[in-house]
Amino acid sequence: MADFFFNTNLGMLLLIIGQILLVVVPLLIALAFLMYADRKVWAAVQMRRGPNVVGAFGLLQSFADFGKYIVKEIIVPAGADKAVFFMAPMVTLVMSLIAWAVIPFNDGWVLSNINVAILYVFAVSSLEVYGVIMGGWASNSKYPFLGSLRSAAQMISYEVSIGLIIVGIIISSGSMNFSAIVEAQSGSYGLFNWFWLPHFPMLILFFISALAETNRPPFDLPEAESELVAGFQVEYSSTPFLLFMIGELVAVVLMCALITLMFFGGWLSPIPGLPDGIFWMIAKIGFVFFFFAMVKAITPRYRYDQLMRLGWKVFLPFSLIWVVFVAFAAKFGWFWGIYARWTVGG
Amino acid sequence: MTQIDYTRAVKYFLLQDVWQGFKLGMKYFFAPKATLNYPHEKGPLSPRFRGEHALRRYPNGEERCIACKLCEAVCPAQAITIDAEPREDGSRRTTRYDIDMTKCIYCGFCQEACPVDAIVEGPNFEFSTETREELFYDKDKLLSNGDRWEGEIARNLELDAPYR
Repeated sequence: MADFFFNTNLGMLLLIIGQILLVVVPLLIALAFLMYADRKVWAAVQMRRGPNVVGAFGLLQSFADFGKYIVKEIIVPAGADKAVFFMAPMVTLVMSLIAWAVIPFNDGWVLSNINVAILYVFAVSSLEVYGVIMGGWASNSKYPFLGSLRSAAQMISYEVSIGLIIVGIIISSGSMNFSAIVEAQSGSYGLFNWFWLPHFPMLILFFISALAETNRPPFDLPEAESELVAGFQVEYSSTPFLLFMIGELVAVVLMCALITLMFFGGWLSPIPGLPDGIFWMIAKIGFVFFFFAMVKAITPRYRYDQLMRLGWKVFLPFSLIWVVFVAFAAKFGWFWGIYARWTVGG
Repeated sequence: MTQIDYTRAVKYFLLQDVWQGFKLGMKYFFAPKATLNYPHEKGPLSPRFRGEHALRRYPNGEERCIACKLCEAVCPAQAITIDAEPREDGSRRTTRYDIDMTKCIYCGFCQEACPVDAIVEGPNFEFSTETREELFYDKDKLLSNGDRWEGEIARNLELDAPYR
């Protein structure tokens, strides 16, 4: 049996497909409940009840929504470029899903343990902007086009600072492999060994950049309801719209997972003595997601020029200075060497 | 040399606004909900609430309406149609009393015009239907509404009587 799965081509293919399903299916099911949690948090801050009819406490609301989206009519605007129009939501969804290939959930629980994992995630999340641009352009309509133009500039601006923040983490951990980055954060002090402490300003910057990168409020300019109706999604209905929504939420959860892995020690236990494991990873992703949901509830939307100013004139110089600082601190072992926690090399 | 407001700068970099907003958000997060769980919980209604119409009866079962047509005359939306002729016992009664609920604006003038408190607007506001035709109420429907809601209607009239 083991011989079939590890030594024949068909067996290996089946094994890989099985592993992919094992990641994607629980992810999408979890997504349904995260969507529900998002709406519940939003409702609670506004003193509403939120979804509470479908299933116990409304837990099955996302599945009801899913069914509704599927059975609606797909409307294609006249003059739309059909091929690109339908490709856009798929690009968004696929780009946000394939990034999960390198996210480890536990020690060794990773689909593809490549050594440039962090660069791979960075590259894939950069490609996500294409879904939005294609959707806005192919709709052949004014508001979607404006929304996609905004999103293009926004995502590119914030990727610059995300890249520099990642550089700081790479310098500190000495590796681009997520497992190694998490390993570098292990130690005898539990949660005080994690990178959130030495890299605290970068945690805040990364969180805000992640909001901008995933078009979440307060940076939801591409889909600003009050100005652009729904931005690049205006002309979408039914399943294509659903794919856009799932794709965006997967990207949000991916950002939560990245923050967890880079700053909160992944699957490591926060209290020394307790066992490490996947439940810590899930709990930490949920914790970060709660902040994503809270920010959506409490912040007003940024104006476009404010967004650009923040990205280029505050985040970029700040993260650049931080990279230089971390490089010196790691090289000369400042602050008791907390900036140099290399697992490999040096 | 421009002056730098250091307090403001520090607040800006420490994200003071966001933390303040977060604190306020968490306060409301745990505050009691302002919304009702509607189909199971309902808000209070004033005795003057003007909902679905009903034709009332006297305690002996005789219908109150004497076909004076004041309601038909006062109705600003002209939603009420009345036909009348004397009954066998000589009393004047309606043979037809229709209200087009799709025309009605729920102003309550019919109820105020009525000299015998026959046509009233009751406390029911949940009478949506699946077809338009079902909203063309006739006399039977209005009388059955009256029988169904008599308890609430009588209590509301009694509570509102001192202010009329």
